[in-house]
This record gives sequence, C-alpha cells and structure tokens, in this order.
Amino acid sequence: MIVMINGASHEVADGTTVAQAVRTLTTATTGVAVAVNDEVVTRSSWETTALSDRDRVEVLTAVQGG
Amino acid sequence: MDDLIIAGESFSSRLIMGTGGAPSLDVLDQALAASGTELTTVAIRRLDPNARGSVLDVLRKRDIKVLPNTAGCFTAGEAVLTARLAREALGTNWIKVEVISDERTLLPDPIETFDAAERLVADGFVVLPYIGDDPALARRLEQAGCSAVMPLGGPIGSGLGIRNPHSIELIVEAVSVPVVLDAGIGTASDAALAMELGCAAVMLATAVTRAQRPDLMAVAMKQAVEAGRLARLAGRIPRRRYAEASSPMTP
Repeated sequence: MIVMINGASHEVADGTTVAQAVRTLTTATTGVAVAVNDEVVTRSSWETTALSDRDRVEVLTAVQGG
Repeated sequence: MDDLIIAGESFSSRLIMGTGGAPSLDVLDQALAASGTELTTVAIRRLDPNARGSVLDVLRKRDIKVLPNTAGCFTAGEAVLTARLAREALGTNWIKVEVISDERTLLPDPIETFDAAERLVADGFVVLPYIGDDPALARRLEQAGCSAVMPLGGPIGSGLGIRNPHSIELIVEAVSVPVVLDAGIGTASDAALAMELGCAAVMLATAVTRAQRPDLMAVAMKQAVEAGRLARLAGRIPRRRYAEASSPMTP
C-alpha cells in the first residue's frame, strides 16, 4: 500500500504501524508528534496503530520560529 | 523586579524571546543566555531527518520554558491541530495561538484566532493569543478564558516599533490578564515604551536575532524591559505644555 509520510509517498507493507513510519525519519521518540489524516496519534498508540492505504502521516517537531 | 505571573506560573524575566531568525543555534544560544529570558517560543514543523542539533536542546540546556506557537496557520482548525501536536511533542499545554490572515502582512485574523482560542481553552490549554492592537478583542479573549493577550506593536519582523501606543494603553486598561507586547519591536526604546505603557512583558525575536550583534542587543532588551517596568511602577510625571521650575523662583 501507499502512504504519505511528510508529503512524500512511500510503498509500505500492509499492517505497517505509525511507529514504523516514524522510524523511516528518526529514531527519536521524544520531542516528536504524529498526526494521521489530521488527527493526533499519541505516542503510546504508535506501536498499535496500523496505517491504511492512502493515509497521510505527518511527523512533526519543534523548530526555530516565532 | 517583580515577577511576571501567567496562569499561576512565575517568571523573574519579563522578556519573552522567540527563536526565529537566528543564523545558527550557537548564536541563538548566546542571545538567549544574554537576554535572561525564561520563556521562549518555538514553531512546529515537519521533522527534517537531516537537521543537525535542535532548538529544544538549547532551551533545555538553559532551563528555559518552551512556549510552542501555531505560526504558519491560517485557520482555527489548523491552529487547534498544531496546538495538540505541540502538546504531544513537547509535553506542555501552553500555546501561543497565532493565526495569520495573509502572508504579505502576517497580520492576525481575529475571527479565526478567537475561534481557535475558545476551542483550545475548552481542551485544557493555557492560551496566549497573538492579536492586533484591539482592546475589544482583547477583552473578549480574556472572557473566553485566555491566560494572557499578545497584541502587536507593529507587523511581525518589521522593526517599526509600537505604531499605536494609545491602543496598547487601552488594552492594558481593558483586561486583567497580562498584556504581552508582541511583534514590531525594533530596538531597546520600543521595549521600554511597551513596559511604560503598562504591558506585563515584551515578546521579540528578530530585533535580537537579526541585529548585527545579537548578544549585545539581547542585553539591551533585557535592560530596557527592566527600566520600562521600573518606570511604570514609579509613575511618570504628567506631561505639561510649559515649563515648571524645579528650583525656587525667588532669589
């Protein structure tokens, strides 16, 4: 299936979790937040939340600004 | 100097810093240290796997409380999602709500800002909204449960100073939550003026981070905020049209 991770499309196996999607970008687990289709997925649910085809995953962190 | 208190939390510095515009994390680190700030904003963006160092490491090392913002949002919905992501990433329920109306002026959209503020207060956030210099809106936001209001002095990054000091004074009179002068500060006298007008704190970034010597300007801002606060507490003399002798007029 295809999922979008931070705007880039990725071919991933069925059953891929949010945690696995995050690990394609970073090994960090603190200072990072995830939204799937504009809904926050809390860190405690990353391992148990499976992605679906065409899901939009946003992996965000704090940057300089404001 | 007396403490700044926002939502029951005390800060001994009345200078809130931003982190935007610094040429490097090292320059930012030095400027933050020199400013004496205890509260500093960050933005929330897509994680860049190639980024080296993190602004969060700088703030953690200096023991500065992080205030995430919703910079880059154009709608209340975007701001609410960004606030929830910030809470998840940073473990804080404080949020500076910033919803802009267009990219040319970066002026805040009052309707979307109010909508976002109401929703975030209901969701348990400590909400500090960035707004125009509008006393009526400031009062409505206080009634909606915001913990402070952050009116602009001038457009973001403009360095134009406080374009309408009278409106800032009216906001200070209109609300009992802290008024934080945000945006437009160009140099130290602007920061001092904000405090003399009765603001509880000043928020700035570009004026320091893009100064030729950020570390020096950070000290200037720290001292200007302190001087302005002391002048406010001291109570200035009334302005007079003509001279008033301070020495006896009799020989």
